[in-house]
Amino acid sequence: MSIRGAACIAGAYEHPLRKAPDTSLADLHAQVAAGALADAGLTFADVDGLFVSGDAPGIGALTLTDHLGLRVRHVDSTDTGGSSPIVAVGHAAQAIAAGKCSVALITLAGRPRSAPSPRDWWFLEDPSVPEVPYELPFRHTVANTYAMVARRHMHEFGTTSEQLAWVKVAASHHARHNPHAMLPKVVTVQDVLDSPLVADPLHRLDCCVVSDGGGALVVVHPDIARGLDRPTVVVRGAAEAVKGIAGGRVDLTWSAGAISGPAAFEEAGVTPADVKYASIYDSFTITVVVQLEDLGFCAKGEGGRFVADGNLISGVGGLPVNTDGGGLCNNHPANRGGVTKVIEAVRQLRGEAHPAVQVPDCDLALAHGTGGSLGTRHAGATLVLERTA
Amino acid sequence: MSVRLGGCEACGHVHHYPRVPCPFCGSDRIAWVDARGTGRIYSYSVTHQASEPYVIAYVTLTEGPTLMTNIVDTPHEEIAVDAEVELVERDGVPFFRGTRA
Repeated sequence: MSIRGAACIAGAYEHPLRKAPDTSLADLHAQVAAGALADAGLTFADVDGLFVSGDAPGIGALTLTDHLGLRVRHVDSTDTGGSSPIVAVGHAAQAIAAGKCSVALITLAGRPRSAPSPRDWWFLEDPSVPEVPYELPFRHTVANTYAMVARRHMHEFGTTSEQLAWVKVAASHHARHNPHAMLPKVVTVQDVLDSPLVADPLHRLDCCVVSDGGGALVVVHPDIARGLDRPTVVVRGAAEAVKGIAGGRVDLTWSAGAISGPAAFEEAGVTPADVKYASIYDSFTITVVVQLEDLGFCAKGEGGRFVADGNLISGVGGLPVNTDGGGLCNNHPANRGGVTKVIEAVRQLRGEAHPAVQVPDCDLALAHGTGGSLGTRHAGATLVLERTA
Repeated sequence: MSVRLGGCEACGHVHHYPRVPCPFCGSDRIAWVDARGTGRIYSYSVTHQASEPYVIAYVTLTEGPTLMTNIVDTPHEEIAVDAEVELVERDGVPFFRGTRA
């Protein structure tokens, strides 16, 4: 069964805070939920499906269902790390197509800046996790595993630090128009190269921000979308895939996006050349390069050359990417950037992005996320979204 | 402890980390195999997120599987992708170092 056209994104909301020392985790979830429902023109009473992930307080969807006073007939607590909200949109479309719910609420929120918690990274240290004894002794971090992806990409394809830096430069050109962005200052390639090495070859400015905040989405049946006073954003294609170290057959040159991307395009019946705007998960600059290749925007190994010279800057290059400033400059709430990727894609499709970065006639957009680490195990999730009215 | 691999008696492939069932064919007929302790660097990063920089790496063993480790006792300028390395155990943990010519 295809979910093409089975559901629409009717509401999207990004929390304005980047530091929330006085707002509880539950309140952040409640605030983004209320924001997305108000954006859609719906209320908590309309919600009959809740989709949350590991950042939610309590046990999966149970605590928030109770806390928000929801009357749901479908819950989904799938955790694929930062790509979870992108997976959730696809799962919500499936549930709506199957008649299991008609108004699905997706929330993400966290406070890693104000209140970092061991719970955020428990899976890296818990001895019951089978890979932990084989990885923990070597002090792997999110940054140094992605750094090994970058190193191998440089070795095989000649990718350079200057090319990676262009991803950050493009993000900063977008972020200067975003009043909520954590890092709104335009940077140059040289600024990135001059920033301290975190994990060679990745510099500090190759890394995304750590921020509090969150976001939410409301996915609805098309019959409900037609009755709402908002532009209709249709889910045309959705796919997910998982890739890991594969019993020691490690290949860091490609990501799960090489599987989820083509599957989502096939379901949508479109190609990368049709995409007017793309939200591409940017935990690090290298993340964008690998995923752009895997999604088919350029050939494998050509990602460095593709992102160079401003090709990702709206109004300048061939493929506008992350026009909110992305995780590199805007925010990365709960260390999970998936929801912001969908939110900016919805803004672009509605024509509600900042005028300085709005893509003209943006009727087809892509949102792609990676959860976990490209350097160990991760889940890729791809959405193809279309504005139809 | 050396580096223990899982050798599948059904499909003949060797995997790391060792486990049952075989991640390639699902068989539960796994024999533990000790690696010779030689290999080449697949990728690495000099990590500065500590008081002293350290080198994380993936090393591809001569037997085939690639594993995560640290490169120790080796000048950083001698560390490169494809460089030959050998096992050096410390407190039962399998680290690697550059192979002396």
